Amino acid sequence: MQSVHIVSAYDEELQYLSKRIAAMGGHAERMVEQAIAALVNADPGLAQKVIRDDLVLDEGQREIDDKAIVIIAKRQPMATDLREIVGAIRISADLERVGDLGKNVAKRVVAVIEGRQPTSLFRGLEALADLALTQLKEVLDVYASRSVENIGFVRDRDDQIDAMYTSLFRELLTYMMEDPRNITPCTHLLFCAKNIERIGDHATNIAETIYYIVTGDQMPADRPKGDKTDKIVLPAAQPVK
Amino acid sequence: MAEMGAEHEGAAQTVAIRLWNSRRLLAAGIGAVLAVYWFAGMSGYVVLLACAVLLAAAMLQTDVARQSAEGGAAIEASGLQRLSGEYLAAAVADPLIIFDRTAMIVHANAAAFAAFGGIAPGLSLSLKFRAPEMQALLDSILSGNVASDVVDYTEKLPVERAYRVSASSVGHGTDLYVLVFKDQSEARRIDRMRADFIANASHELRTPLASISGFIETLRGPARNDPAAREQFLQIMQNQTGRMARLIDDLLSLSRLEMKPYLKPGNEVDLRQTVDSVIDSLGPLARENGVAIERDFAEGPLDVPGDRDELFQVFENLLENACKYGQSGGRVVVSIAPGDAGPEPGIDVTIRDFGPGIAEEHIPRITERFYRVDVENSRTQKGTGLGLSIVKHILTRHNARLSIKSEVGKGAAFSVHLPRH
Repeated sequence: MQSVHIVSAYDEELQYLSKRIAAMGGHAERMVEQAIAALVNADPGLAQKVIRDDLVLDEGQREIDDKAIVIIAKRQPMATDLREIVGAIRISADLERVGDLGKNVAKRVVAVIEGRQPTSLFRGLEALADLALTQLKEVLDVYASRSVENIGFVRDRDDQIDAMYTSLFRELLTYMMEDPRNITPCTHLLFCAKNIERIGDHATNIAETIYYIVTGDQMPADRPKGDKTDKIVLPAAQPVK
Repeated sequence: MAEMGAEHEGAAQTVAIRLWNSRRLLAAGIGAVLAVYWFAGMSGYVVLLACAVLLAAAMLQTDVARQSAEGGAAIEASGLQRLSGEYLAAAVADPLIIFDRTAMIVHANAAAFAAFGGIAPGLSLSLKFRAPEMQALLDSILSGNVASDVVDYTEKLPVERAYRVSASSVGHGTDLYVLVFKDQSEARRIDRMRADFIANASHELRTPLASISGFIETLRGPARNDPAAREQFLQIMQNQTGRMARLIDDLLSLSRLEMKPYLKPGNEVDLRQTVDSVIDSLGPLARENGVAIERDFAEGPLDVPGDRDELFQVFENLLENACKYGQSGGRVVVSIAPGDAGPEPGIDVTIRDFGPGIAEEHIPRITERFYRVDVENSRTQKGTGLGLSIVKHILTRHNARLSIKSEVGKGAAFSVHLPRH
């Protein structure tokens, strides 16, 4: 991965950083997975566990920040090493946000499951979460293998996530129009969907950071915007079937 | 205590065997001593001493024999030592990864490559397996506090898999460790399948059932003496039972696919021949719907690894959809072309219709179970809402991609990208 330094402790410190990042990534993935499972299976106990687990990520981010600062101060890193360290700081911040978003989904579980919703609502959300989690997993796999050649897939996935989110948004709006009693749970679900879509964005951010760590160049800045929910208007007079 | 007793017994037995083995020598020796006693008139004590020395010699002699047997075992063990760890790992059917003190992968067998992909020597395990329970397992085994440990590890994406992972250190002082993954996915899936099947199926089956029971009521009541209405109702009821039968078939085939998410490697499928036979088998349906099927096949070999029956089902479902829902376009184009542009070289099979198309907001979701763009149209076309779900499952197993392009009013193109390796 890296060329060997004369001071082997330096290598160990850098390895420790990336190991902590991976552990944080694993935690974040697990939290999002469990938050969605709690929502779909109406499981407030699991939701509580997710909310508690967020502490681990906060802790992880603080630790990585501290360690990174100490390494910079002690070793005066250059080139790849410096990018590696700064990258670790950025990735840990993104992962911490992913955890927060997962936690937010978990917090809404109680409000959503109060009136039992049709499973079709959750199915869309589950599919959206699958896409976002796949993206996060693939990005973290690239962090492990450092093979940034085909990191372009991240952009494609982001497109899919945006399209899915737009479709879900529309669907939830129609449910609300059908029956005002749906408004409370559907509004919460809208926020959940938005949170998941944001997780995809953080995964893309991480991908960009990894690209920068490995190549030293910024990823080309043609990030597409497929989120069209800002333009969705449903005709009020004619409820959709 | 029982073990100790058994050990004593064993030792006594071996001594008895040794004595028995050297019985002739002993007899000769004791006979010689007695002869000397008779003729030379030695004292009794000397005779006893001589006998004791003979017995001891008999035991010693057999001890030497045992030592030579141990020598043979040592030669065998060195044969085992010469056996390379690589061959041993390859002979294990479960995914197996050997790693060093820093959790760096030293060797992974073929099963591990197939299951996890992208496992190169030098990759850090703690970066690859990030799940909290795996991190804890690696930490505990590398800390040296325990010699071996076991956890249950589940991967949700891309396909759900459950493993029982055992980690242990290899030998003494080798600084190597080994991870073995035992696949438990099947058992998990069978459990889950029951619940899922009931949840999905009951809703879909209830609709035709409700309609059938409604007609039965009508037939027994108001329409009792109306032969024309009776005939009509019976026809509808027959259609509904037909629909239930199709639904059950689809659900079963989906469940079967979910039970075995991996493909057995080694089979090659000739896409040209497969797609040709799909087109032939759907000829009657196309004629009935007034749709002409056009072929546009590339030259050269069009073979990909895969399962022929499953790929047949994929193209059958896609082409059937094109004929049914793209009916108004009057034609369907099936093309096969090498698709080497993407990250993985492969072959693209595209089925394009010129019907009403699919609105953009539906495209990301049409592979979901029971998701229908237009419920009424789907019912009249005898759709079950599971066709594309089955397609997606099969393609995931083939490591293939389905991409859907459509514009409202201009038709839809379903493109399958099958990697060559």
